[in-house]
Amino acid sequence: MLKTSNIFQLQGRKGILNRSTIDILVEGLTILAVVVIIFIIVSILGIMISGGWSRLSLKFLSEYPKDGMTKGGIFPAIIGTALMTIIMAFAAVPFGVITAIYLAEYASERSIIAKTIRFAVKTLAVVPSIIFGLFGLGFFIGFVGKNMDVILNGGELKWGQPSLIWASLTMALLTLPVVIVSVEEAIRTIPRDMREASLALGATKWQTIRKVVLPGSVSGILTGTILAVSRGAGEVAPILFTGAVYFMSDLPHALNDQFMSLGYHIYIMSTQSANVDETLPIQFATTLVLLLLTFSLNAIAVVIRYRIRKRAN
Amino acid sequence: MKSSLKKTSPKTFNYDISKKRFRFSDWFAEKFIKSIAFLSIAFVILIFVFVFREAFPVFRMDVKETVTAEPMVQERYGVDDKSAAAEPEKSKETSPAKKVSVPSSTLLSKDWMPVSDNPRYGLIPLFLGTFKVTIIALLFAAPIAILAAIYTAMFAKPRLREIIKPVIELLAGFPSVVIGFFALMVMATVLQEIFGYASRLNSFVGGIAMALAAIPIIYTLTEDSLTAIPKTYIEASLGLGASMRQTAFYVVLPAAVPGIFAAVLLGVGRIFGETMIALMATGNAALVNINPFDSVRTLSATIGAEMAEVVFGDTHYSVLFLIGSLLFIFTFFLNAVAEFYLKNVVIRRFQSKK
Repeated sequence: MLKTSNIFQLQGRKGILNRSTIDILVEGLTILAVVVIIFIIVSILGIMISGGWSRLSLKFLSEYPKDGMTKGGIFPAIIGTALMTIIMAFAAVPFGVITAIYLAEYASERSIIAKTIRFAVKTLAVVPSIIFGLFGLGFFIGFVGKNMDVILNGGELKWGQPSLIWASLTMALLTLPVVIVSVEEAIRTIPRDMREASLALGATKWQTIRKVVLPGSVSGILTGTILAVSRGAGEVAPILFTGAVYFMSDLPHALNDQFMSLGYHIYIMSTQSANVDETLPIQFATTLVLLLLTFSLNAIAVVIRYRIRKRAN
Repeated sequence: MKSSLKKTSPKTFNYDISKKRFRFSDWFAEKFIKSIAFLSIAFVILIFVFVFREAFPVFRMDVKETVTAEPMVQERYGVDDKSAAAEPEKSKETSPAKKVSVPSSTLLSKDWMPVSDNPRYGLIPLFLGTFKVTIIALLFAAPIAILAAIYTAMFAKPRLREIIKPVIELLAGFPSVVIGFFALMVMATVLQEIFGYASRLNSFVGGIAMALAAIPIIYTLTEDSLTAIPKTYIEASLGLGASMRQTAFYVVLPAAVPGIFAAVLLGVGRIFGETMIALMATGNAALVNINPFDSVRTLSATIGAEMAEVVFGDTHYSVLFLIGSLLFIFTFFLNAVAEFYLKNVVIRRFQSKK
């Protein structure tokens, strides 16, 4: 940055001195804003750690809840979240990668189709997460699931109810934009020369994409997947009524089972628990687990992304 | 392919065929990729269709109601809560239409009482609550986020910037249920001690918590639009003897206004649709007043709290979907304005001046 204010001070004119005090005040104000935000981040982290660290142990992570949630651990919630995000990633990542390839490699910047797809992706990114929950309920459960029951099971209720698969697919839709954005960004950092070299060797466009573009964007796909998983693990609103339950005595065994989830667990424990004081350490510890999970995933993604950007420059 | 090349003399011919086959695979790949990409448009349309489809019965029921049971509706409308409590036995036997009672005519009433004997689905308290929370959240989030963005984009040294930006963006990675939990357990208590108001969870607490969710969005987009201002503007301003502060506030900031406006709009969209924080920190009472220290119930929290308990296809169910449709339309509209109108403004501005 240029140090203009210093130059002015050297000139020593009165009006300019005034100006520089305003400068300092205003700059101080902007610094204050930054400090406030960082203070908030640190205090959330600090309070969660101080409230939940003592409860956190390997036992806590590997035990079922006991005695009306006042004792025991959060094992099924961790497994439920993991299963949900894995299925979600299997649905969202291929879709996201293919869409990103289309946007980066096939579509011309000005075509209306590409613009519409871009707008659709942005819309998916800003639509409130609760709407995805409604959509999951109306479309996946009320339409797809019900009709699957009618066709496959002769009307017996199997798919037309909240379950792991519908929650995962709902979440996949929510995280699709995350994948698309990171993969497209990574694809765009692949140098044009490499594509041209491949084409000049006689490879077709699809071969070029398969052998040059896709291997080059692996790190982008990885970032996208990690970010999507982190987002999916943290979101609760879409699974409120598409599959999450407060307590299960067993792990989900089939795609149409319901499941426990970390975020939903925190929500129900903190708002609807009968004895809040007794479960408070568990709540803090569960929140800490969720926070550490999303945090570490995000940190990994940031590091990979930083490397990609470095390559681009 | 390589083995076929080695085989016999008419390999050029073979090669041609194989190449043609490869062109087919190319053609197929392109079509396949394109159709998958199209699906994202299809998803948006599907969300539209299915959220609206479930909301639609609200209006259809109303038509039925006005045709069949209009006098009864008016009669029930006049009675207040006390006599309504005495009445239900009578009305239960007289009308099977009781369950479908007047959804959309009560939509504009002041009561949100979906599970009483005489259900009323007044959206006014919900809209008011959402509005209140949004304003409070915005009053906190926008200044802090914009000032922080100005510092990072204009004043901070490049090295510091590299640190500050990802740290603030970490806030975006906080799940909203964590922020909600923090607001519920910590902020609510602390703020109540400072301000001493009656109800522990209210729109003020909820608003500040939602500001935490909106800050990273507003910050990132504002920072982007500030750094997108051509360097020549800044250099010209500095060259004329302006200080960095003057350059930032009189040159860069005005030039970036459309982008900042878009950032704030998207922040509003986030606050408007935020469900978990609203559920956990706003108290969830559908009151009609403008006191920021009273509990509120927002639109999205209403969906989140009640959808799990409604009967599939019930009026209440449809009304919740109607709320969802309204939320969807609103955020869709916000996004469209931010995306098309404001971006075009920015592009036009810089292209004409270059």
